[in-house]
Amino acid sequence: MELKKLDIEGARAGLINKNFSAEELVKACFEQIRLKEDLNVFVSLSEESALNTAKTVDNKIAKGEEISTLAGIPCSLKDVVCTEGVLTTASSHILAGYKPPFDAVVAKRLKEADAVFVGKTNTDEFTCGASTETSYYGPTKNPVDQERVPGGSSGGCAASIAADMCVYSIGTDTGGSIRQPASFCGVPGLKVTYGLVPRSGVISMASSWDTIGPFGKTVKDLAYVLQVIAGHSEMDSTTPEVAIPDFMANIEKSVKNLVIGIPGEFFVDGIDPEVEELTRMAIRNLERQGARLVDVSIPTVKYAVACYYVLTPSEVSANMARYDGIRYGLVPKGEIRDLEDYYYRVRSNGFGEEMKRRIMIGTYALSSGYYDAYYLKAQKVRTLIIEDFKRAFTECDVIAAPVSPFPAFKIGEKADDPLAMYLADVCTIPASASGIPALSVPCGNTKEGLPVGLQLMAPQFGESLLLNVGNIYEKTSG
Amino acid sequence: MAKITTDDVRRIAALARITIDESQLDAFTKRFQDVMRYIDILNEPNTENVEPTAQVTGLTQVMRADAVKRYCDKSGLLDCSSLPIERGQIKVKSVF
Repeated sequence: MELKKLDIEGARAGLINKNFSAEELVKACFEQIRLKEDLNVFVSLSEESALNTAKTVDNKIAKGEEISTLAGIPCSLKDVVCTEGVLTTASSHILAGYKPPFDAVVAKRLKEADAVFVGKTNTDEFTCGASTETSYYGPTKNPVDQERVPGGSSGGCAASIAADMCVYSIGTDTGGSIRQPASFCGVPGLKVTYGLVPRSGVISMASSWDTIGPFGKTVKDLAYVLQVIAGHSEMDSTTPEVAIPDFMANIEKSVKNLVIGIPGEFFVDGIDPEVEELTRMAIRNLERQGARLVDVSIPTVKYAVACYYVLTPSEVSANMARYDGIRYGLVPKGEIRDLEDYYYRVRSNGFGEEMKRRIMIGTYALSSGYYDAYYLKAQKVRTLIIEDFKRAFTECDVIAAPVSPFPAFKIGEKADDPLAMYLADVCTIPASASGIPALSVPCGNTKEGLPVGLQLMAPQFGESLLLNVGNIYEKTSG
Repeated sequence: MAKITTDDVRRIAALARITIDESQLDAFTKRFQDVMRYIDILNEPNTENVEPTAQVTGLTQVMRADAVKRYCDKSGLLDCSSLPIERGQIKVKSVF
């Protein structure tokens, strides 16, 4: 049995039946991490504490104590999820050396479940990107093809699963940053309803768009993890007090009579023909399982990227204002003229080019004389996108679409063309604008062997339905 | 929209407390202009009488009890800084 290939159910069964210990499982993962070091997946590793947690779980098992579903099972955390005393840098130079004095709520919930954290995964700087190339620590390589990106910004998370370095991972999705790397690396990933998982303690990018969510080896893995991390927190005032269902309760339910909406607008001009073919084949597979397909229309998809690239940089510019080098992080060298000089030098040296661009787009959009034309207008267009989805969901239960117009591209291919990089998010941004959940589940490889993901979207708090449909697709697609 | 010039980029950078290297300014301005030109597509849809969306939860006026909780002790806070610590305080560079 290859321990590193296990999913959550397999790992838990092996631990309960004492086929192997949690310590052995964690060691197998770290062996793999060392073997695949050249993929540049991790910014920092926590081997000692991971083994300590594993031993604690092994002691509980030896004493016959009940253990939680995730106990002793190794996972990775994106380098924006704060854990007490552990280096967390948002893969940015400006947070060099930062060790948070607190656990993020998601981390706390996972710790209470005896989860094992192996390390912090590489991300685009402050999660701003779609390729994990803007990280201060260099790009992560796609385990499937090392000349290509793993996607982003949770590229490290997706790669850690695809390369069997851990069993599940916690990433973030603001405009596609879980779904797109999941698709590029051939693993399942879930963007949750905005507000379902508390953001407190996760370094913010765009506060009205950021979500926290799982990657796993299987769709069921996502359900097991979501069960632990979802739910209202008084630390996050944007988490509604909704009842959290048992995400496994209906996961095997038949999709007979499920209505799947197919929006033509997502099959954009220039979409890779193999991506389109694989996506449509996946949808037809669900039809063979008894689902009914209908065409739906979401015309405002056309404006989603522009809307996102006004609103999120605006929120980014506000969130990045706190990084002034006073309380933590970078200290400029040499003599300082005055406070303003200090700020300029910290921020100019600390942020990469993409961060500077986003901060400046946001600063411009929010500045006097431009606020109405850009920010307010984009907020109104966001309302139109939300209304379009609500209308579409009166005609169908879930919406199926591509995750990305193309599979993983080569490292450096889009580095000189930020607009081309932004347009890559065209299929994922609409769900983010609406705050609805969306799942990426692998649906095959191109002739070059590059993974492609099918995107399924549901109304707000429709995670159970998405996990059900995704699980059925995964089981029946071979 | 009006063309964005290198002077505009300098002004915006100043508002954001960021320096763009003069050697990079032209290239940065061009990429900035490309993005802002694309964003002009937002002028197409009619948004008259459309309410802006600030956030999607529908929540308003979320309250919690004003109860004091001990968050962490001072040494824990000092430990998280990589800057030098002196007499229980984080030492920063003089800016005067």
